Amino acid sequence: MAELWNTYLWPLIIMVAQSLLLLVVLLVAIAYILLADRKIWAAVQMRRGPNVVGPFGLFQSFADLLKLVVKEPIIPAGADKVLYLFAPLLTVTLALAAWAVMPVAEGWVLADINVGILYIFAISSLGVYGVIIAGWASNSKYPFLGALRSAAQMVSYEVSIGFVIITVLMCVGSLNLSKIVMAQHDGLANMLGLPWLTFLNWFWLPLFPMFVIFFISALAETNRPPFDLPEAESELVAGFMVEYSSMPFMMFMLGEYVSIVMMCALTTTFFLGGWLAPIDLPPFTWIPGVIWFSLKCLLVFFMFAMVKAMVPRYRYDQLMRLGWKVFLPISLVSVVVVAGVLMAMGWAP
Amino acid sequence: MTVFSFAFYMFAVITVASGLMVTLSRNPVHSVLWLILAFLSTSGLFVLLGAEFVAMLLVIVYVGAVAVLFLFVVMMLDIDFAALKGELARYMPLGLLIGVVLLMQVAIGVGVWTVADGSEGLRQAVAPTEIENTRALGMLLYDRYFLLFQLAGLILLVAMIGAILLTLRHRKDVKRQNVLQQMWRDPAKAMELKDVKPGQGL
Repeated sequence: MAELWNTYLWPLIIMVAQSLLLLVVLLVAIAYILLADRKIWAAVQMRRGPNVVGPFGLFQSFADLLKLVVKEPIIPAGADKVLYLFAPLLTVTLALAAWAVMPVAEGWVLADINVGILYIFAISSLGVYGVIIAGWASNSKYPFLGALRSAAQMVSYEVSIGFVIITVLMCVGSLNLSKIVMAQHDGLANMLGLPWLTFLNWFWLPLFPMFVIFFISALAETNRPPFDLPEAESELVAGFMVEYSSMPFMMFMLGEYVSIVMMCALTTTFFLGGWLAPIDLPPFTWIPGVIWFSLKCLLVFFMFAMVKAMVPRYRYDQLMRLGWKVFLPISLVSVVVVAGVLMAMGWAP
Repeated sequence: MTVFSFAFYMFAVITVASGLMVTLSRNPVHSVLWLILAFLSTSGLFVLLGAEFVAMLLVIVYVGAVAVLFLFVVMMLDIDFAALKGELARYMPLGLLIGVVLLMQVAIGVGVWTVADGSEGLRQAVAPTEIENTRALGMLLYDRYFLLFQLAGLILLVAMIGAILLTLRHRKDVKRQNVLQQMWRDPAKAMELKDVKPGQGL
């Protein structure tokens, strides 16, 4: 009995507790990120944004949650009932599952697996199924069109994301996300003889074109504006979400925002040094890594929100052109260039 | 060990059951979804074997890309399910024949694997223990079987170019946008200012 307790039950309890902690923190953070998104959007358009529920509208997301929970879920008569309800569940589960391998501070990771990046890449490539299944199971025109668009879009931009990840991997020599952050301890700042300027060590500087491509591809991968064609309201009403209401709709929204924050976290890990402090001097090093990680994620999310507010939506053929004719060749060539430079200079790990 | 066995049997049962459902389910879209579940649980089996790299690649390549296109095609097809069911009896013998052939191939493969010389050693150490299996796979593909690997890639490239060439049609009647041309247009040449006198027109 004692053995059973020590080898199975106790680790299981710890694992569940850690996962729950991460989930709760993440979901509360998402509630405020959603609010921040609306506030930033409003500020760009010189509006006030949500400001009624609670001080400065701080409880707006929770009010929305309540509203969506008590609304009536409608299932269309011609819909494939099981798949129709399965799609939002799949979306939100996959979006949350990706967080299992994300290191939020040194050693603060649920599963420190060897193939962390590949795991996240695999999970995010599964995300397209939520959209396709929703579009098909709704048995309606606009959702189906939205699903078709979305699948083509997500598959196209995964290619360039894959190549960007490969360039990062070549500089690190490991697929482990913690090791990617650790690899950013050493870089340009040390070479210049200014080791306290740690933000120059991070990969955003040497791999700047990749950073830009990754950011834009992340927008496309998460169906954010200017690439929100799957739910383009002017043409497709709301794309694959047309028939959804109440809880299933909320799960789609939640899944979408969780994967957006995931993409912010990935950008932070790959290019902005994860949990590392930007300047290696006392007032900055006192702050714990998880705070730096969150701040960097918020910075990237601010860019996401500003892009949403400022850039008009792409036309479908422009979107495909950007993915296949611009990003794919650039990222392919830079894989070759980065590999060549690493070998020539003897920097390859 | 018990957790390991439990996980193995769970994945194995799900793989076999979803494989069965691929053929049994009436709706082809459901078939593809069952196929995806089969892929996913197979990747679970790979993880249990300690081949996490292969497992992730299986999910990324097959589930993330191939099966999406597959699902697309099946969704676009306009299939009469009743007619499809009627055809079942007609193709049953052929299907059974193919099944028997596949089963025999598996039997031969497993048989050879069990009795062949030196297979004992290979089975005990599939991957070298001192390095990660991702690295081991890379060394195998890019050092030992470099030529074969690159040739396989070239064959795929040729196949891809062939497929594109076969389906490519240059349509003359479609107006296309050339972004570079548009951006490099000189405003001075693109516009002509005319002084129009009132009451005359051009």
